Amino acid sequence: MTTDIAVQPRRAAKASQKRKLMIEAIAVIAIALILILIMPMLLTGFRLNLLGRFLALGIVALGIDLIWGFTGLLSLGHGIFFGLGGYAFAMYLELNTLGEGQLPEFFGLYGVTELPWFWQPFNSLPFTLLAIFTIPAIVAGLLGYLVFRNRIRGVYFSILTQAALVVFFNLFNGQQKLINGTNGLKTSTSVFMNQQVGSDGMRMFFYISTVIALIAMYALCRWLTSGRFGRMLVAIRDDENRVRFSGYDPTAFKVLVFAVSGAIAGIAGALYTVQSGIISPQVMDIAFSIEMVIWVAVGGRATLVGAVLGAVLVNMARSLLSERFPDVWLFFQGALFLIVVTALPDGIIGWGRRQFGSMVSSALGLTPTDVPYASDSDSVVEAVPEFAEK
Amino acid sequence: MLEGLIGGLFNGISIGAVLLIVALGLAIVFGLMGVINLAHGELMMFGAYTTFVVQNVAKSIGGIAPDLYIFAALPLAFLVAALLGLLLERTVIRYLYGRPLETLLATWGVSLILIQFIRSVSLPMVIGLGIFAVLFLVGRWVLTRYTDWERIQAWANPVFLGLSAAIAVLAWILIGNAGSAKFSRAWFSTRNVDVTPPSWLRGGITLGDSLQFPSARLFIIVLTILCLVAVYWFLNGTAWGLRIRSVTQNRGMSACLGIPTGQVDAITFALGSGLAGIAGCAVTLLGSVGPNLGANYIVDAFMVVVVGGVGKLVGSIVAALVIGITTYLVGSGTVALLFPPTGFFKPAVDFFTFFATTSMAKVMVFALIIAFLQVRPAGLFPPKGRSVEL
Repeated sequence: MTTDIAVQPRRAAKASQKRKLMIEAIAVIAIALILILIMPMLLTGFRLNLLGRFLALGIVALGIDLIWGFTGLLSLGHGIFFGLGGYAFAMYLELNTLGEGQLPEFFGLYGVTELPWFWQPFNSLPFTLLAIFTIPAIVAGLLGYLVFRNRIRGVYFSILTQAALVVFFNLFNGQQKLINGTNGLKTSTSVFMNQQVGSDGMRMFFYISTVIALIAMYALCRWLTSGRFGRMLVAIRDDENRVRFSGYDPTAFKVLVFAVSGAIAGIAGALYTVQSGIISPQVMDIAFSIEMVIWVAVGGRATLVGAVLGAVLVNMARSLLSERFPDVWLFFQGALFLIVVTALPDGIIGWGRRQFGSMVSSALGLTPTDVPYASDSDSVVEAVPEFAEK
Repeated sequence: MLEGLIGGLFNGISIGAVLLIVALGLAIVFGLMGVINLAHGELMMFGAYTTFVVQNVAKSIGGIAPDLYIFAALPLAFLVAALLGLLLERTVIRYLYGRPLETLLATWGVSLILIQFIRSVSLPMVIGLGIFAVLFLVGRWVLTRYTDWERIQAWANPVFLGLSAAIAVLAWILIGNAGSAKFSRAWFSTRNVDVTPPSWLRGGITLGDSLQFPSARLFIIVLTILCLVAVYWFLNGTAWGLRIRSVTQNRGMSACLGIPTGQVDAITFALGSGLAGIAGCAVTLLGSVGPNLGANYIVDAFMVVVVGGVGKLVGSIVAALVIGITTYLVGSGTVALLFPPTGFFKPAVDFFTFFATTSMAKVMVFALIIAFLQVRPAGLFPPKGRSVEL
C-alpha cells in the first residue's frame, strides 16, 4: 500500500511532463511549418529575407540565453563568434566562386599574389561546414578557460569579453591584405552549389536552412537545459560557491557551455552572412553584441522561446522604426534597455507567464510549474545580507 | 639612443596619462561603488561638447578669451558631467545597486540615449524636455501632497511618466513643425566638430635635435597629475571622503553609524562623472569631437581598471602607465627594432612588425593583459579582506 501512495504522484508527474513535452514538440513543429510553408506566401521576397535574417539572429539569442539566462554569464563578445562563423562561410564562398588557381579579386588591390595559408583549407566544403561551428567553439572555449580558470566572473567577465571583441574587431578591420579589412567579404554575388547566393532560389534555400537550424538549436538548448546538466547551469548561476563546495567543478561546466554558445553563434553568423550578402568587421561592433543581450532580456531570460521571440521582435521594430524615423531608433533602443532592466526583468514571456500562465496551463490540462528567474542577487540579497555589499 | 628612449617614454606616458584621466572617474565609480558605468564615455563626450561650446563663446568674445577658454571649460565640463551623473544616479542607478549586470545594461541604454541626444538636440526638444520635467514633477508633487500616495504609487508613477512623456513629445513635434527652420535646427551636427586648442597649446617644446614634447600632451599630463592630487585630497582629507571610504568598506555598518549612504553614493557617482567631463575636455586637445567619442576610450579605460585592481587608485595609475608605455612601444615598432633584423631573430622581428600599428598594438596588449590575469586574477593591487567573492 505504501509504495502505491509513493509511486502514484510520481507517475502522475511523469505523465504530465510527457504531455507537456508533446505539446511543446507539436507547437514547435507547427511554428516551423508556418515559417516554411505559409510565410513565403504572405511576405514579399525582401521581407522574407529580412525575416530569415532575424531568425538567424534568433539563433544567436538562443546561445546567449544559454549562458546568460541559465548560467548567469553575461557575454558582451558574442559578435566574435558570430563573425568567425560568418567569415568562415564567406571565405569558402569567395574561393568556390573562382576557377582553378585564381585569387579573390581584392587580393589584387593589395598586391597579394599567393593565397594566405589560413585560406587554404576553406577550399573544401566539409571543412568549412565543420569550421563554422568548431572555430568559434574553440575560440570561446579557450577564452572561457583562461578567464574562468582564475574564477574571474560577473562584470569582469563581461568587460573582458568586450575587450576581446574590440581586439577581434581590430584584427579583422586592420588586415586589408589578409581578409579585406574594413570592406569585408561580399557573398551575394558568389556561387554556392552552382547557383548565385543572391538569387531567389538560393535565398529560399537559406531561409529554409535557417528555420531548420533554429529548430535544431532550440532542441539542443532545450535538451541541454532540461536534464542534470541544465540544473547544474542554474545552480552555477544562483550560487557558484555552493556548487564548488558541493564538490563540483564549475569551471569545466562554464567553459563547456560557453563553447557551445559560441558554436551556436557561429552557425547563426554563417546563416546571417549569406542572407545579408556581406560580412564585414561591423558585426564585431561593440553595440551589436550588446544588442544581442537585450533581445534575450526583452523576450525573457531563461526562457528559450523568449530569446528567439525577443530577437525577432526587436529587429522588426528596428527595421520598421529606422525606416520611417531614423532619429528615434536610438532613443527607443535606449529606453528599451532601461525598461527591460527596471520594469520588466522577466521579459515578455515572464510577464505573460505571470499574467496568463495558470490560465493557459489549465486549458491544456497541465499542472503549473513556475520557475521564476532568480535575478543576479535579488534573492541572495534578502537571504544573506553580507553579499549585498559586493 | 638616449633621446629615443626618452622620446618613447614620454609618448608612452602621455598615452598613459590620457588613459588614466579617462579611467580615473571609472575607477572611482567602479572601485568604490561596484557600478559598471558604460555611459562613462558619453559623459566624457558631454564634457567635450561643453568645451566646444565654451570655445565658440570665447571666439565670439575675442581678445585674449580664445587663449584662456580652457580654464573656463574645465570647471564647466566637470559641472555639466557631474550634474548629468547626479541625475543618472538618482533616476536609474540607485535602483540597481547590487545588480552589476543590470546596471551595465541600463547604463548602456543611457549611453545610447545620450549619443542620440547630442545628435538631434534642438530648441524644440529642450522645450519638450522642460515640459516633461515640469509636468512630471509638479504632477507628482500635487499627488503626494493631496492623495494617499503610498496606495496609488504602483500605478500612478508609470501613468504619470507615460502621460507627461507623451505630452512632451507632442509639444516637441508641434513646436518643431511650427517654428522656422533656423529655430528647430539641431545644435550640433552629426558630424565631428573641431575644437581649436588655445594658441599656447599648439606648439611644442624641443629639446636637443629630435626630442619634441607637444604642449597639448604636456598639458594633459599636468592635468592628470592635478586631478589625481585633487582626488586623493578629497578622499583622504575631507569629511565626505572619509564617509565615502567607510561606505566602501562596510555599507551596513556605515549606515548604522549614521552615515547617509544614499547621499554618499550620489556624491561618489557625481565625482566620477565630473572627472569624465574633465577627461572629455582634455581629449578635445587631441582630435575632433563627435557623438561617438566615448566609444573610443571606454574599453581601454575598463582594461586599466581591471588590470589595476578594484578599490585602489594606485593600481589604476600603475596600470595606465604600463599599458600606455606598452601600447606605444609595440605600436611604434620600437620592440621590433630591438632585435637585429638578421638570421636567428628574423621571425621575432617579423612578428613584432606585424603588430606595429595602433590597432594591432591593442591586440598584443590585450593578449598580454589576459596573460597577466592568469598570474594575478584580481589585478595589481587586489583588495584585501575575507570576502568569498573575487
